[in-house]
Amino acid sequence: MTILTFTIILLLGAYLAGLAGSLTGLGGGVVIIPLLTLFFHVDIRYAIGAALVASIATSSGSASAYVKEGITNIRLGMFLEIATTAGAVLGAILAIYTPVNLVAIIFGVMLIFSAAMTLRKKNEGALREGSKLSYQLKLNGSYPAKEGVVAYKLKNIGAGFSIMTVAGILSGLLGIGSGALKVLAMDTAMKVPFRVSTTTSNFMVGVTAAASAVVYLQRGYIDPGIAFPVIIGVLGGAFTGSKLLMKIDVKKLKLIFSIAITMIALNMIYNGLNHKF
Amino acid sequence: MTKETKKITDYDVEQLIGQVLRYGVLLSGSVAIIGGIWYLFQQGSAIPHYSNFSGEPAGYTSFTGIYKGLLAGSAKEIIQLGVVILIATPIIRIIFSLISFILEKDRLYTIITLIVLCIILFSMFGGLAV
Repeated sequence: MTILTFTIILLLGAYLAGLAGSLTGLGGGVVIIPLLTLFFHVDIRYAIGAALVASIATSSGSASAYVKEGITNIRLGMFLEIATTAGAVLGAILAIYTPVNLVAIIFGVMLIFSAAMTLRKKNEGALREGSKLSYQLKLNGSYPAKEGVVAYKLKNIGAGFSIMTVAGILSGLLGIGSGALKVLAMDTAMKVPFRVSTTTSNFMVGVTAAASAVVYLQRGYIDPGIAFPVIIGVLGGAFTGSKLLMKIDVKKLKLIFSIAITMIALNMIYNGLNHKF
Repeated sequence: MTKETKKITDYDVEQLIGQVLRYGVLLSGSVAIIGGIWYLFQQGSAIPHYSNFSGEPAGYTSFTGIYKGLLAGSAKEIIQLGVVILIATPIIRIIFSLISFILEKDRLYTIITLIVLCIILFSMFGGLAV
């Protein structure tokens, strides 16, 4: 296989990754790593570098569309970014001491968790009364909806902050956005309505990925020959996805995607256990 | 604040940030396409060797290396410039938020945003590459 064929197939794969990532809310990174390692037999370290680039591309690419709707809670995102960026730096340091096969296994487990999270019941309700800390940190907000402006209050700030630290570490270690853990922290622990948590999580993914990408770039994980088809493909896919999202029902798609992701994850774990990376 | 000066709202700032992100992403994508086409033109028929990790040579991993490569018109460094622009977009977003919190005189969030910025700067210049 020449570089030209490699580039064209990777471009198509990255396009599909961006499309699937934006339709299901998982982000582009999760598909890029298995695509590169299992299909192209690329070393997982180059794959992690490419996934970081893909995560930032998906985040910044779709954020410009989300911001217009005005539902991202910037204060909440910024406060939690202390946890995710610190975690990401820690994760990037841990990566030096983690064997690549273990990285592959952790990635597989994270993938199965992400697949399960896309099928969860969404948190639609808004709390009327928040915890003391939510007022002190000015984390409560409101968003526009069909029935008018919905005000929401938050609780379990400490628990949310802790889960976010874990999300950051995994993001720094694996190169993915850890969108699923971010949503878990916000929806399940802090009771953020899902319309706010999805967009706020997307805002945070880019910043978290950037925090570890600057380390990986210097470490030589980001290869230009892999990065350019990934950037262009993922951006194109995310763009198509954001257009399609308004028109189609993604429920069935999410189910199919979750099953596919679980199979890929088992494959990653199996290969990791057999030291194939 | 006098009546004439328009109060800067979160909404205005977010609109501006949205524009910045859009242009950043477009710029990054365009630079990557230019570098990529040139790269394929030069090396498209070679065989890729990504199954062994060797780490990228210094030319693509530091600002000075990328700058030197750009002056020499090297395709790979042009792509890396696109990557650097992409990585910069969320960081620029943080800086914009910082400015807006300062203008809103929100001291708590000015500090929180500064902490986030410091962590990213530490990650950049803290010698973590090893």
